[in-house]
Amino acid sequence: MLKLTNITKTFEPGTLNEKKALKGISLDMKESDFITIIGGNGAGKSTLLNAIAGMFITDSGKIEIDGNDVTNLPEHKRAKYIGRVFQDTRMGTASGMTIEENMAMAYRRGKHRTLRKGITKAERDFYREHLKMLDLGLEDRLTTKTGLLSGGQRQALTLLMATMTKPKLLLLDEHTAALDPKTAKKVLELTKKIIAEDKLTALMITHNMRDALKHGNRLVMLDKGKIIIDLSEEQKKNLQVSDLLSMFEKASGDSMTNDRMLLG
Amino acid sequence: MELISLGTFLNAVSQGLLWSILAMGVYITYRILDFADLTTEGSFPLGAAVDAMLIINGTNPFVATFASFIIGLVAGLVTGLLNTKLKIPGLLSGILVMTGLYSVNLRIMGKANLPLLKQPTIITTVTDMGISNSNAIMLVGIVSVVIIILLLVLLFATEFGFALRATGNNPKMISALGVNTDIMIIIGLMISNGLISLSGGIIAQYNGYADAGMGTGTIVIGLASVIIGEVIFGKTSIFRSLISVVLGSILYRIIIAFVLENGLQPTDLKLISSIVLAICLFLPVVKEKMFAKKSIKNMNGGANNA
Repeated sequence: MLKLTNITKTFEPGTLNEKKALKGISLDMKESDFITIIGGNGAGKSTLLNAIAGMFITDSGKIEIDGNDVTNLPEHKRAKYIGRVFQDTRMGTASGMTIEENMAMAYRRGKHRTLRKGITKAERDFYREHLKMLDLGLEDRLTTKTGLLSGGQRQALTLLMATMTKPKLLLLDEHTAALDPKTAKKVLELTKKIIAEDKLTALMITHNMRDALKHGNRLVMLDKGKIIIDLSEEQKKNLQVSDLLSMFEKASGDSMTNDRMLLG
Repeated sequence: MELISLGTFLNAVSQGLLWSILAMGVYITYRILDFADLTTEGSFPLGAAVDAMLIINGTNPFVATFASFIIGLVAGLVTGLLNTKLKIPGLLSGILVMTGLYSVNLRIMGKANLPLLKQPTIITTVTDMGISNSNAIMLVGIVSVVIIILLLVLLFATEFGFALRATGNNPKMISALGVNTDIMIIIGLMISNGLISLSGGIIAQYNGYADAGMGTGTIVIGLASVIIGEVIFGKTSIFRSLISVVLGSILYRIIIAFVLENGLQPTDLKLISSIVLAICLFLPVVKEKMFAKKSIKNMNGGANNA
């Protein structure tokens, strides 16, 4: 479904700030794989997801989604394959527009925007039904601007918007990290449910090792722009966080000093 | 003692209507696209110049007026291309086009001022039907404003309109949903400057001349109308906002008429415009502060009761 072949990216090459963010990443994802990605700060997790989404063009390597070479396509042309949820809860919706308007825009992801109605009556009923799934009462607030929602509500809505049209690939960039623990848990459960029900192919970055072990059928650890650990469902099934830490130390020759990852 | 005479008041209303077309153009860039576009100061006289030139050369005034809309689209296109393709910051792109247009406008007109005396205009077309001059201006204003509001409300309710609004609101999000934001910015600037230029064309016919210097200060007039309108009349929906902008433009003209009738000179106008806009920009801040104080008071009141 997703095939990365040796992709690299260096930011601000030839300057003092030069940063080799991705140093040859290859990854082959089968359909309905659910990969969790972990790694310390600056390991290249978000950069990897942004590279797949096309927020920048990679320096070398090849990116294929569902057999299509998208390596040199700009972000908006890859959008038809990809649903995304960001860490910042304000990123996923247009805050000055209503819930139904946001959903209508997501419903047309990757399609040509015409002069037809931005939202139809039939769609509105469809969105209302869909929102009921969240169990947040948003189905009665279709004309509320999303800027007025709480972070958790917005993130749940963004998740719904990203998955409504069953994308080939779902990219989740620490999408629960900015939420309080209770809401984070709820959004994560919802994520799991949607991915399972729609058999989506998903990549989820998390800073929480326990979540990374618990969810998904494959676990990838990044360090300094490289994949240093890649575990299958079988391999990760009986692992503990401590096992993961010692594997990290062995693979990177470094100790895990990021408190956020340990405590999460 | 009355503040202003009825005649002056009605005159201010019709002027406000004609200028509100410019204000709606400014609203599209400033509010919808979140783009401070100074092209305005060049596209407004551009519309006037093209309109006047065509009318003098015998073109039907309605065709000439439409042409001033079309030429405004081109001005917006240039600003949009500078910004999105050449990556020149928005403010600077607008300044470049505005400055360049000054020469272009002089080229079109051949001189700095082009009078339209005794020429047929859309206003004289109406007066020819036996309607008084002031009523004709009012009629032209009302009809054009109604048509434009209707078209804009329809446009912003389309898939394209949603994408345009989201581009100003959250470009990253709408880009991730498959919209090329560069195209949206370009088209938004085109529509905006089309309206501004159209306004210039109509104002030229109202004034009876086109002038190379008539663009100066138009961005301030446009912004003042948008902000006065929003602060006083609200902005809950696109339709409401557009109505507010029109009312803001009228109110702005009434304020100007009032200060002129009370001893200030027409040459003071630009200063007055700036002061009015500065006050308007400050108003939301004052409103917020007053609101904050009130709620603190209420909270204290609540605490005392408990």
